[in-house]
Amino acid sequence: MKDFLGPMATMVWKDIVLEARSRELVVSVIVFGLLLVVVFNFALRPAPGQAAALAPGLLWVAFAFAATLAMNRAFIREQEAGALEGLLVSPVSRDAIFLAKAAASFIFMLLVEAALLPAYGAMLEFSALSWTLGAAILLATLGFALIGTLFSALAAQTRSREIMLPVLFFPIITPLIIAAVAVSGGATGGGTFTGLGRWLLLMGVFDALFLVICPWVFSFVVED
Amino acid sequence: MADTERIARRPAAYAKAGWRLTPRMAVGAVAGVLLLVDLYLIFMVAPTDANLGNVQRVFYLHVPISLMSFLAFFLVFVGSLMYLIKRSGRWDSLALSAGEVGVVFVSLALITGVIWARPVWNVWWTWEPRLTTTLVLWLIYVGYLMVRAYAPNRAKAAVYSAVVGIIGFVDVPIVYYSVQWWRSIHPPQVVGPLAESGSLDPTMYMVLLVSMLAFLFFTVWLVMERMAARAAEDELGRIRFELRRAGQPSGD
Amino acid sequence: MNAGYAITVEGLEKSYRDWPVLWNLDLTVPWGEALALFGANGAGKTTLLRILSTSVRPDAGTVRIAGRDLLRQTAEARRRIGVVGHRSFLYEDLTPRENLTYYARLYGISDREARVTAALERVGLGSRANHRVRALSNGMQKRAAIARAILHRPGVLLLDEPEAGLDRDSRRMLGELLAEWTAAGRSVAFTTHDIELGLAWGHRAAVLTGGRLAFPGGGATDIQQALSSGPSTRPGEGEGRMSDGGGR
Repeated sequence: MKDFLGPMATMVWKDIVLEARSRELVVSVIVFGLLLVVVFNFALRPAPGQAAALAPGLLWVAFAFAATLAMNRAFIREQEAGALEGLLVSPVSRDAIFLAKAAASFIFMLLVEAALLPAYGAMLEFSALSWTLGAAILLATLGFALIGTLFSALAAQTRSREIMLPVLFFPIITPLIIAAVAVSGGATGGGTFTGLGRWLLLMGVFDALFLVICPWVFSFVVED
Repeated sequence: MADTERIARRPAAYAKAGWRLTPRMAVGAVAGVLLLVDLYLIFMVAPTDANLGNVQRVFYLHVPISLMSFLAFFLVFVGSLMYLIKRSGRWDSLALSAGEVGVVFVSLALITGVIWARPVWNVWWTWEPRLTTTLVLWLIYVGYLMVRAYAPNRAKAAVYSAVVGIIGFVDVPIVYYSVQWWRSIHPPQVVGPLAESGSLDPTMYMVLLVSMLAFLFFTVWLVMERMAARAAEDELGRIRFELRRAGQPSGD
Repeated sequence: MNAGYAITVEGLEKSYRDWPVLWNLDLTVPWGEALALFGANGAGKTTLLRILSTSVRPDAGTVRIAGRDLLRQTAEARRRIGVVGHRSFLYEDLTPRENLTYYARLYGISDREARVTAALERVGLGSRANHRVRALSNGMQKRAAIARAILHRPGVLLLDEPEAGLDRDSRRMLGELLAEWTAAGRSVAFTTHDIELGLAWGHRAAVLTGGRLAFPGGGATDIQQALSSGPSTRPGEGEGRMSDGGGR
């Protein structure tokens, strides 16, 4: 276990340091998220009082698009100077490499979402602070990070990688979007609380399943 | 140059094989007969639906096609999983063949679904759980074929698509439940197709069963044909490979 | 160090689709020796080295590094391999010292700071150790990559065209380093296009042609002859087909 968590923590910390220096991911994705809400506003022109009903949907469309943008970067950084190959010929296990990349993406996405949430709350007239919304964000973002990291590693080695990631990512995460929107609908007052626990359970099952499957298949994706 | 001699003898080996009934042909023949019988049953035997009229007959195609696309994607899953474990090209060939057949079928399922939805619900499209799941399925497996097409080489195409084939299939039940629960929050204004099939006329039921059987054979046959084509491609590749290994011009 | 050979390769085969790259290749490198690998472009040098470094999985055959089977005892073998590739394997927004510290943690090295400093000093990067890799020249980056590869004191050092991008001083430094490495009973395998350099650094020379290895006599003319006489006229050769590392 020490041989696993130690290297994992090292790799996550490295991603955080790199991000702190280059600031190429979190800041640009936040700007993108803010642009989206402006575009939504022009496209939908909600009347006063209507915005709250649209809020859950818009919030998660924004988060999902932001996630693909962020995930696209995840493996580009590793491949710039062949660092991924350096990692792969080291004794660190593939599982640890995958989980470290996923954990880093999870942290970056949470930062992005934490920055966007108050802005969306203000513009779409809903209260950003609620436990259920928080739980939905944690569970959905974890799922985004797992699926996104796997497909990002895969897409990074295909032609037209910028297209491949969203094409693979969005259909698979549909259940997360549906569940997260339903939970947020309850939380932001745009819907009812019906089956809140059921939705959280669905997201939990999704995360648990892919937490097992993704590291396993990742080892096949990165081998040559 | 023993290699070259062996290759030179190959055409003779093929010629000697001659014509014989392969399992693939047998399955194809059964599928053909069953499909003809099925067509007759659908249009000549099955009673016209009292409410919907003749357009209801698309039901006998829509239901088996949808189910067979599920079967095809299950085969993709099995082929993908076994390929990652065994690394044998046969399993990859199964996954590829079932994937292509599955995408064709799921596209047909969507088209027949739309034809069905129009008279039943009076709309071209409805976010009914099964139809919605089918759409998501279509998106997942179009992505599956795209990964194959855009992978840097064939070995990677096999591995990457196996990964998508596994993740995609595991995701399907979750998609289905989420879509169903989502609809139950906003109750459907229209009656679902299962409401009718619960009280299905016995003749209709029989025609549906024959239809299922016909499409089962048809699906299996298509997958087998595609696998045979793939095997021929591989054989050609091997011959080229041995020619190169033997240092002879391969003539391409 | 270890009984037997540093590198043992038996019946190695690797092809990309229907294109055979390595064919029934056998190779042994004893401890304390450096092997120079020559071969025309596309002969499969990089593929062979990437198989030895566990980046590429062979189609058939066994490869043992320090007695560890690459396919069965992969992690064990990986601890004993140091790799210098065409690319630096470094993060450009970290300094060489940070990069090395990072890898030291991943390899589970205990006295990290001392080892990192020693490795950086050894390649003459002491003064530039705290500049970001992005800001270093190609030669400096290559030195950092070499420091990274020797950091965990691997028994087997694999270098793919290490002389590329190095100036005369750097080459001399690397030559000395390799000599020290083998003198300490460790071993080295490297590819090169520079015959003189290869003969100066290597104890033995091997030429890769037609997917197999040939071991001509020690002179530069012998190597030259083996390079030009081998069945390098394989069909499709020089048509830009993927044959060296799958066209990365």
